[in-house]
Order: sequence, then C-alpha cells, then structure tokens
Amino acid sequence: MTAPLVIANARIVDPASNTDRKGALLVADGRIEGLAEGAPQGVPDGATLIDARGLVVAPGLIDMRVFTGEPGHEYRETLATAADAAAAGGVTSFVLMPDTTPVVDDGAIVDFIVRRAAATARVNVLPAAAITRGLAGEEITEFGLLREAGAVCLSDGRRSIQSAGLMRAAMTYAANFDLPIVHHVADASLAGEGVMNEGTLATISGLKGIPAEAETIPLARDLQLAALTGVRYHAAQVSTAGALELVAAAKRRARVSAGISINNLALNENDVAPYRTFFKLSPPLRSEDDRQAMIEGLRAGTIDVIHSAHDPQDSEVKRQPFAEASEGAIGLETLLAAALRLVHSGDVELLTLLRAMTQRPAEILGLSSGRLAIGAPADIIVIDPDYPWVVAEQDIVSRSHNTAFEGARMQGAVMQTFVAGRSVFRHAQWPEGDA
Amino acid sequence: MSTPAGNGRRPFPHRNLLGISDLSPYEIVELIDRAEAMIPVSRQQRKSLPTLSGKTQINLFFEPSTRTQASFEIAGKRLGAQVTNMSVKTSSVTKGETLVDTAATLNAMQPDVIIVRHPASGAVELLSQKVGCAVINAGDGAHEHPTQALLDALTIRQHKGRLAGLTVAICGDIANSRVARSNLLLLGALQVRTRVIAPKTLLPRGIEALATEVFTDMRKGLEGVDVVMMLRLQHERAAGRLIPSVREYYRFYGLDADKLSLAKSDAIVMHPGPMNRGVEIDPAIADGPRSVITHQVEMGVAVRMAVLDALLADPTQVAA
Repeated sequence: MTAPLVIANARIVDPASNTDRKGALLVADGRIEGLAEGAPQGVPDGATLIDARGLVVAPGLIDMRVFTGEPGHEYRETLATAADAAAAGGVTSFVLMPDTTPVVDDGAIVDFIVRRAAATARVNVLPAAAITRGLAGEEITEFGLLREAGAVCLSDGRRSIQSAGLMRAAMTYAANFDLPIVHHVADASLAGEGVMNEGTLATISGLKGIPAEAETIPLARDLQLAALTGVRYHAAQVSTAGALELVAAAKRRARVSAGISINNLALNENDVAPYRTFFKLSPPLRSEDDRQAMIEGLRAGTIDVIHSAHDPQDSEVKRQPFAEASEGAIGLETLLAAALRLVHSGDVELLTLLRAMTQRPAEILGLSSGRLAIGAPADIIVIDPDYPWVVAEQDIVSRSHNTAFEGARMQGAVMQTFVAGRSVFRHAQWPEGDA
Repeated sequence: MSTPAGNGRRPFPHRNLLGISDLSPYEIVELIDRAEAMIPVSRQQRKSLPTLSGKTQINLFFEPSTRTQASFEIAGKRLGAQVTNMSVKTSSVTKGETLVDTAATLNAMQPDVIIVRHPASGAVELLSQKVGCAVINAGDGAHEHPTQALLDALTIRQHKGRLAGLTVAICGDIANSRVARSNLLLLGALQVRTRVIAPKTLLPRGIEALATEVFTDMRKGLEGVDVVMMLRLQHERAAGRLIPSVREYYRFYGLDADKLSLAKSDAIVMHPGPMNRGVEIDPAIADGPRSVITHQVEMGVAVRMAVLDALLADPTQVAA
C-alpha cells in the first residue's frame, strides 16, 4: 500500500461531473477517496501533500488509438516505451491497436499483452482485439474468448473491412457480447493509390488523392448496419465534414459515437507540402474547411473522442518518396498540448476538450476511470495549461521520432501523472515531490 | 552571337533544377535564352564546348527512358563532362536499397551533377536533400519534368517568335502527366493562355488552379489555338477504368486532321514522345508538316546543355 496522497490548491476540472472549481483531492489505495471544495478538510497521517499551485487537476487521459511494435517490431516501440511516452503526455490508459506481429486476434495474444503490460508498462494498456483473423477482413475472430481474455473493444486497427456482409455479421455477433466495434472507415477502391487529400494540392504535387467519399460511403454503410444490429459502434476516426452529418443523423437512432485524430484537428493538408512524410497519415490531413467543421463537430458533441493515433514508424520506412513511405505519426506526448491549441484559440472550452479524452472514451469502453469521482481509480494529471515549450526531437520519449509536430511551439504541458495513485511521470520543471 | 558560356554572365542562383515551380519568370526566360544560344553548338562540325570539362555527370534513371537519358548524355558530353549512366530497376514490392541509401552511395563518388528520373512524385527532391552536388529532375512521378517544359517553350518560341499571348492546348492524360504540370507552370508564368483537354477521368481535381481553361470537348478546346500539345496515353493502365477503349479514346481525343482543322491554320503540333500512333495521334499528323516533334528532340539537347551549363559551369571561366 502506498501512502495516502492529497493534492491541494488545485483547479479541479472533471468533465464527467461538469466541474471546474478550486478544490482538493484525497487518494488512498489507488482510488479517489475524497473530494473537497476549497482547502482539504484535514490531511491524513503520513499522507503525501502535493500543492498543485492552482494548476488544473484532471482525470488522466484515455487514448483510444495507439499502435506499438510489441510484439513483432520492438525497434519501433514496446509497451514499456509507449507507456513512458503516454505518462509524459498525461495519458493514463490507452487502447492498444491489434496491428502487431502476430495480430491480436487470439485470446492467448490478448493474455500476453495484458501480462506484458502489467509487468512493463507504467500506464494502463487496454487491448483491442481484431475483428477479423489476421486483420484480413474475411473471418470474424472469437469475440467471446477475446473479451474474457481482456479485450475492451474490437477493431481492425489500420485496416478497414470492405465487405458489408462481413461487417453485418461482425456487428451482429459483437452485439451478442456487448463489445463495441471501433472501425476505421476507408473504401479501398475509392482511396485507390491515393496518398493525400484529393484536391488542388495533391494535383500540383503529382500525388494521387483520397476523396472524402472514401470515408463517407463506408461510414454510411456502418452506421446503417449499427442501427440494424444494435451494436455499439464507434467510428474510430472521421476527418471530413460529410462524415459529421452522417454521425449526427445516426446518433438519433443507433448507439454510435465518433472519434478524431488530434492530427485532423490541429493540422491540414497544407502541412504535407512539400512531400513531408511525417504528415502522411490515415485518414489524410484534410482541407482547412474540413478541419474547421471538425472543431465545430467537437463543440456540438457530434465528435465524442479525440485520440493521438500514436503510430511509431522508423526512419527507414519514413525517409522514402511520399507515395512509398509508411503512414502514421507518434502522438502520445503531444496529444494534450496540441489539443490545448483549440482552447487557447478560443475554439473549444477546456471542459469540452477534456471530456473527449476522459469521460467519453471511458463511457464508450465501459471503464470506471476518466472521472474524478469517489471510488474511481486515481488516474490523475496535473496540467499547466500555459506552460510554453517547443517539440524537440531529442526530448521525445517514444522510441520512434516520427512526430508531425517537430519544432512546433506548444502552450500547455503535463506536470505530473498518477496512475492508481502512483506518480508515473513528473515534469523536470515541476517542483513538487514524487508521491 | 555571344558565346553561350559568355563573359561577365551572372551565376545562376540555383543549385538544382527540381521543377519549374522553383523558377521565377525571369529565370525561365534566361534558361530558354541560354538554350537558344546552345543550338549552334550541336549544328556545327565540332559539337563541343569545354565548359564542363573535368566534371562528372551521373544519369540515374529509376524508370526506363531512351530519349531523355540519351539527350542528357549527349548534352553532358558536348560540354565535356564525364557521363555515367545508371539504370536502376525498382519495384515497390522489392525495394532493397532505399533511395536515400542510393543517394548516399552515389554522393560518396563525388559527382558534380546527378540527373534523376523516378516513378514517385517528390523522389528527386528527396534525393537532392541527401547529396552535395547539383541535381536535375528528369521526371518524378506525375509531378514535374522541367527540362521538357523548357524545351517545349523553346520550340514554340522558335516557331512563333514569342510566347506571351499565345494559346496552347495540352491534350490527353493530364492526371498522370508530369509534362502537363511543368508545361502549365511554365506557360502560365510567361503569360501564355493554357487549355487542358481530356475526358473527366483523366482530369485531376483542382486542375483549374494550373490551367486557364478546362475542356472535355476536344473540338471546342482546339478552337483557335496556336499550339496543340499531345500527351502520351498509358493505355495499358487506363483501359477499362479511365477510358473504355483505345478506339473510343481516339475517336474523341485523338488528334486527327478534322480536329486539327479547328486550331489556327498555322498551329503547330507537339508531342513529348514516345508517341502512340493511332491512340492519341493520327500518324499522318505526327509525321505531317504541322508536326514539330523532331524539332522538340533537337531543342531537348540544347535545353539540357543550357541547364547543365547554368548549374555547373564556372562563370568566371571564359569559354575557348
């Protein structure tokens, strides 16, 4: 048992209870034991006291889309290095995508991930199991056994299921076990050989484009099938204005939610030029009009979740001509700071922003974390929302360095991260002691 | 006429020629002027200038090309450079050594210029970032082919006496053509009216940003133009998806005497080669009196000599 912990002099921001006020938190046995308005009402004997100095204290972030290289490509990222990066970014739980070697499509591999994470990772690792064997989009996996082994949701990761018939079968069977389906939608025949957003910029660059319809057509299919089957369906990442209309309409008749990569909220297609492969992402960075629509969708609640889409890739596969380079960028360490840009620009309230990274993912995944409530796991972060810093390659914690924010000026950083009441990260400039 | 490597010439302010988009209108005209001055070198008995003597030129072609590679080789040799040709077979499946590795290897051999053709857009720029010598783009994917646009402009100017104010129609597979992009950029920079003509399946989204006018009806598009520039159709790739058949394509988008009659009576016909006779162009037109296609090939050598000279020749050294 660790000593009790009191975090005092805090600006408590808890989206789940719509709270944003001064207060204190008491943590014991890895759970939140008490919440006080204003000063703490007595500090238990032997408790560690942390003075938050008026900074934001919020639930630890839950990142619904993280790739690592373990098992199979440990040189890119292990569970341990991803967890270190997560802790530094204020992410106390992340959903691990099943795109590993071997694929997480079998209970034994889920079990391996759970044990390996417990032994090596300092944050909570929540395995997503593959919807289809080998992510091949042909045969469904053993949803029941996968859930028993510890899978929190079903996802084909980077892959998108092309067959409507198979998707219907998967949704019907997933509803049977009440496992949410988290699906990245991309119509392979429409995306074709596309490598960036379709439009003038792609044409000038001589690159093949990916039209918005490669997203909206399979999304419309999935949303109709979700209504038909009653499954809990989460559109893993939407990027186009058209997708928002579909999701908003479907929410009235089906149990659906939608996520977005922070990259599609913070960046646009202009960042790609000229041929910067760290900006080669899936879905592609879209137009500024799309980005503005996504911000509005976040404000309106059409978009439920913001995730990092953390996808470590080594320089061998990134230092290639644009069309031949791998997709993906790391993002665990920059998720919060990049998201805070929307707060600093006046586009989104802090509570709304944090809700998309705490309360909503917890609700979608059925987790007890993601809130500052008595009895909830003490997954807590201290945020200085104004701390200025520059993203520098040498400071990156992740094993891979393919960030889309290299050199970016950020405002806002995590000062300390607690998982189950234990300090797992402390910022070098944060004077408070380890708990 | 002044010698091409003339006295008191200001240095060309670029290390590489990666695309027309990097050049100002003034620099484009300067390169065309320099190329024009190079024409007599190839027409004289002793076809050489010593301005690149002692320099090493590597032609690095990741895509097969007979005419462009030969054109660069001849241009380099006529300027006295040592020329090495490297053809690299690539496939996206078996990559083996990466482009960046290849660049580092060649760079260690201390070349003065590398001329690169690569099937991926942006690949030549990527390679240029990894080497210490000049790099000339001989075509990257569907992005740019700057020396082709320069030789086309020189050809037009030779026949029409000017560029500004003319109307040029570029017809065919615009979507996959680097020649079209470089030409649109160059002609647009020099106040030439450009038209692109193609079926919608071969017109990329947003092409209006590069062309003055967009046509899907070739007959309307050719009305009153000064220059008809045909593009090669990769019909093996396009068939069944982008176009239903060669015969339908030829019927609506092939250049024949009937369609050409809508252009100005003195309009010239161009093609970057290699031609598909009977696919995009009637053989009688390709080999007829309006065709300036072989003239384009000749101008190609002059343009490449001019570009090599501009990038490599020591301006303080006076030509013999």
